[in-house]
Amino acid sequence: MKKFIATLMAVVMMFSMAACGTGSNGDEAGGESEGESGGETIKVGVLANTSGDNAMYGNAVANGVNLYIDQLNASGGINGKQVEVVQYDDEGDATTAVNAFNRLMDDGVTAVIGSVLTGTTVAVADETYEVNMPQITASATAAGVTVLDPEDPESEIRTNVFRSCFIDPFQGEKMAQYAYEKSGATTAAVIFETGSSYSEGLATAFVDKCEELGVEVVASEGYSTGDTDFNAQLTNIAAQNPDVIFCPNYYEDIGLIVTQARAAGITSQFLGGDGWGGVAGYASAEDMEGSVYCSGYAPGSTDEVIKFEQDYEAAYGEAVPNMFAPLGYDAAMLMCNAIAEAEAQGLETGSDEYKQAIIDAMAATDGLEGITGTYVFDEQNNPVKSAAMIVLKDGQETFSELY
Amino acid sequence: MNLSILLNQLVNGLQSGSVFALVALGYSMVYGIIKLLNFAHGDIIMVGAYAAWMCMANFGLHPLLSAAAAVVVSTLVGMSIEKVAYSPLRSAPRLSLLITAIGISYLLENGFQLIFGSGAKNVAKYVAPLTSGPSLRLGTVQISFTALITIGTTLLSMVALTLLVKRTRLGKAMRAVSEDMGAAQLMGISLNRTISFTFAVGSALAGIASVLYICAYPQASPTMGSMLGLKAFVAAVLGGIGSIPGAMVGGFAIGIVEALVSAAGLSTWKDGVTFAILILVLLIKPTGFFGRRAIEKV
Repeated sequence: MKKFIATLMAVVMMFSMAACGTGSNGDEAGGESEGESGGETIKVGVLANTSGDNAMYGNAVANGVNLYIDQLNASGGINGKQVEVVQYDDEGDATTAVNAFNRLMDDGVTAVIGSVLTGTTVAVADETYEVNMPQITASATAAGVTVLDPEDPESEIRTNVFRSCFIDPFQGEKMAQYAYEKSGATTAAVIFETGSSYSEGLATAFVDKCEELGVEVVASEGYSTGDTDFNAQLTNIAAQNPDVIFCPNYYEDIGLIVTQARAAGITSQFLGGDGWGGVAGYASAEDMEGSVYCSGYAPGSTDEVIKFEQDYEAAYGEAVPNMFAPLGYDAAMLMCNAIAEAEAQGLETGSDEYKQAIIDAMAATDGLEGITGTYVFDEQNNPVKSAAMIVLKDGQETFSELY
Repeated sequence: MNLSILLNQLVNGLQSGSVFALVALGYSMVYGIIKLLNFAHGDIIMVGAYAAWMCMANFGLHPLLSAAAAVVVSTLVGMSIEKVAYSPLRSAPRLSLLITAIGISYLLENGFQLIFGSGAKNVAKYVAPLTSGPSLRLGTVQISFTALITIGTTLLSMVALTLLVKRTRLGKAMRAVSEDMGAAQLMGISLNRTISFTFAVGSALAGIASVLYICAYPQASPTMGSMLGLKAFVAAVLGGIGSIPGAMVGGFAIGIVEALVSAAGLSTWKDGVTFAILILVLLIKPTGFFGRRAIEKV
């Protein structure tokens, strides 16, 4: 038996070694600058992780940004000046992102669009805040991007940093409101992935908002990453028979949870966040029927959205891959509108007053129509916009309303 | 936790434990016969699940036919692995065999990732005819149709396996080889055929487990077998590795422990508890519930 134990130890070691280290293998930061040269231009810096892990997000954002600016330049630019994009790849790495930002400073940009991931965006935001450089991110959802210390309600706010996407808690609150007003729920349950800041963040916000609205949260169940069996948690939830069950996570888990819940005889309505996109393929149509999730972007919902989708496909030869592309498009739109305001005041391009004028104009944005919603910023520079409610109907993810 | 929830959780545990038990049987049988911890065994489940998915999604076969195909494919893959990777090493040190098994495990997982991509394949809509049926209600205990099928099929498979091992000539040969390989050979038992047969039976059970798995958790992904395989291994050790009833009891025990831990709100500790059981068993009673104390001659 000693031999057996020794063998086992060897095996355990081997597995743990194999589990270690797949490093990132991004290339050297390669800058690419596009746009017209000659004549006076307005230089806008773009930071996106267009290589490495999660490059899918970075590329979508960069494509969205460039699409808007190309269209703007084609229609005459801002105040007769062309907008010149100076784009660097930050590889999703905070240090590389800061270096890339320093290069943008040397290049003399007057505003920054980016970065894409939360970590890189916060790192860059620290730098832009120092020099009061206008910055907007299309996709970093953590509260800490625009607020120095998200734990502290009195915290200093990075007045120069904006975003075009929701913040994490927003979706949880939105869905609690929806459960209360639209589903008429009086009891709710949540099932979330413990240790995932996205899933836990949404779940916590949902529970807090439910308590505020008087919806009783009868069960709150966690599961760990990689679980496929949710029967134990669902049995606990079934015993409470809640009106709605909120499960904020990505579509693969959701498919399993909903299928097992229905098999266990749970008839409650399921609600979720934007991680649900694509869930229709992961559970049967009957099981999903009537479930609702909120999303930052409703494909094919309005004429503007359809036009954007056609333009995107014409420019890049592929369909809009995810909500990151339209969010990038909106971020560029918000930034360019604010720049137009600064130009209208006749300030010198790139000067400190010019940058402050951009920031003021951005903060004053009121009701600007984007692809993903109508923009107004709150006092923490987060957009207040309606979420697209997507309903699962006959096995299709169908846009139902802006809520 | 009141009684009805507790009973429901026990049913959940039996359901997930059924899959562990079927996989643990494969581990145990192979260990019993050639003293190999076949770490590629969990991945046979994955192969079976993909086979079923292919049949249903690409060839449009009926789920029952696809289930049969999954069992056949698992069996063939299990046997080929034995022929290609393990049989040339039969006289090599056991550690070489073990390392080969781990290599095969990675080969299967990464190979399938290469061919089919790393995302999960959903089979919910295809297996629906197998999983939609009346659930059983005993007082306050609700047993879903899927759970009924899973537990029922597992029990049937175990009865069949026990008969096979106890009543057939090949079963007798298996028992003889596991008792004493050399002596069995001298008695005219074909070693190759018996070992092949053991792998076939173990892999067929894994194939059945794969079908039950995708009925209950309708997704197939390249790494689905790795954690499942490790837990089934714990189940086999808990029951006493090499023992067939031990593997069954161990599987159900692990399933029930996991269900209760999750139900108590400690789901993050679920895997930890399972592997703590492994450590405790190895420290306190390395032979498990039913294992025989083997005197190893060095």
